[in-house]
Amino acid sequence: MRINPRLTDSFVRYFLNAQAMFTVGILIIIIFIIFIKGIGSCSLSFMLTYPEDMGRHGGIFPAVIGTLFLVVLSILFATPLGLGTAIYLTEYTKESRLTTIIRFGVESLAGIPSIIYGLFGFIFFVIKLRMGWSLLAGSLTLTIMILPTIIRTSEEAIKAVPRNLRMVSYSLGATKWETTVKVVLPSAAPGILTGIMLSIGRAVGETAAVIFTMGSSLRLPTSLMESGRTMAVHFYILAREGISMEKAYATALVLVASILAINIFAYYMMNKVTSKYS
Amino acid sequence: MRPVKAVIKERIIKQILTAFAFSSLLFLFLIFAFILIEGLPLFYKVGVQNIIFGMKWAPTRGFFGIFPMIVSSFLVTFGALVIGGPLGLGCAVYLAEYAGRRQRTVLKPALELLAGIPSVVYGFLGVLYIVPFIRIFFGGSGFSLLATSIVLGIMILPTVISISYDALMSVPRSYREGALAMGSTKWQATWRVVIPAAKSGILASCILGMGRAVGETMAVIMVAGNALKIPGGLLDPLRTLTSNIALELAYANGDHRMGLFSTGVVLLSIIMVLNYFANVVIKRNMSK
Repeated sequence: MRINPRLTDSFVRYFLNAQAMFTVGILIIIIFIIFIKGIGSCSLSFMLTYPEDMGRHGGIFPAVIGTLFLVVLSILFATPLGLGTAIYLTEYTKESRLTTIIRFGVESLAGIPSIIYGLFGFIFFVIKLRMGWSLLAGSLTLTIMILPTIIRTSEEAIKAVPRNLRMVSYSLGATKWETTVKVVLPSAAPGILTGIMLSIGRAVGETAAVIFTMGSSLRLPTSLMESGRTMAVHFYILAREGISMEKAYATALVLVASILAINIFAYYMMNKVTSKYS
Repeated sequence: MRPVKAVIKERIIKQILTAFAFSSLLFLFLIFAFILIEGLPLFYKVGVQNIIFGMKWAPTRGFFGIFPMIVSSFLVTFGALVIGGPLGLGCAVYLAEYAGRRQRTVLKPALELLAGIPSVVYGFLGVLYIVPFIRIFFGGSGFSLLATSIVLGIMILPTVISISYDALMSVPRSYREGALAMGSTKWQATWRVVIPAAKSGILASCILGMGRAVGETMAVIMVAGNALKIPGGLLDPLRTLTSNIALELAYANGDHRMGLFSTGVVLLSIIMVLNYFANVVIKRNMSK
């Protein structure tokens, strides 16, 4: 018997629609659960007070600061490196075997799982370079991890800048570097910022690469060489060791809310870019 | 003529940028070098077959067998693909072919946000909701291959969706119009024309999704149960290569630590092979 193609078509339409709705539903359910269970013990004072008794009571202040320090440092290291690479690849060289090799390196870094970064950071920064479990070792490890994201998004943003903008600048006698800094980068800025925001989101949520390089000390880190704890690591320890489900949910809420806010802002920036050039 | 100073400045800037561009390669080299330096000696000392095909992991007593973990890593990766693959592809096809402009602008970012949820949060919710569900309805402890596959299946969705969506979108409009003009329905055009044309991109999305699943650590530790044997069924607990490293690295010393780096060597090899295949598939598509 032959099934009517129109019937199949409308059936498939509903089926695919259901799949998409189901998937979005997963996201909504995750956010809903975290919000409902976490909102009770989450407040500004939760974020601003010190934890007591391994986090069973009190707040997550050192973890908030630890996350902030780690992310700011990683971005500070990774942005010049990543942006520099992107500028080199787009403005200073032609496509050649060399750029293929560099791109291969970037792609490979992007494919390496975070636990391998953790292993590497642990043996290289923590042990061989004698940094110990520290903010510095953690942020250097994360720098390498987020580098591919920054390179790729910056490269795309720079490539999207129209050629004639550069031509005008050159015809006015500007050097390559002057053109890059004064003409190309300002128009590529929103795209570059998108990449930075996505990297921040990734760094905030990272656990495996951080826990073995920055450690998990609950004290507030006061120097680069001290260990500290990020919100993600704190949440992992609270949940895994069953210290406090209530505090774990509250920490998860702060964590997820900040990551979602960062990502949504990144998409907003990206939309602005694509609507500008299309 | 430009002043000499400006020319020199340009030259120095170019040198610096070149150095920056090579930093990625340097980092890649360092990562491989240090994982191999720490991980390879044990292969000589204990023997490759005793590590890769060894059944017993008791590093403090000289047993470094990781065969059960290799099998477990493949099982959860396959499980993730079975659960996340069709669902992700369905979403991508819906977004690319069926969704209206308005629906797409809302759905696409929402689906990408799934990638932003940290893996510890997936693991946590897996422990609190999926594990008990399996325990109650299917039996066992709930910490199992099934639970891990479900959690990983959800986690690979953004990868599968975004890459296969791009592949579908890069199929020229004329293909669809040609099929529709011949009187085929939307689904016939999608199934017979668009999906075959996007085949290699879709395949690449699945391979990269597998790469994500095999490398995932924190979520897996939380829901897999971490038992040191090959799981006999969907409801048995297991330990993957990644969780073996993460569970023991904090306190391991000497040969034990080297054993974890050997685990890392095997993991890195699997990842490189998967990435290589994904690259080959994508390249083949581009040359076409």
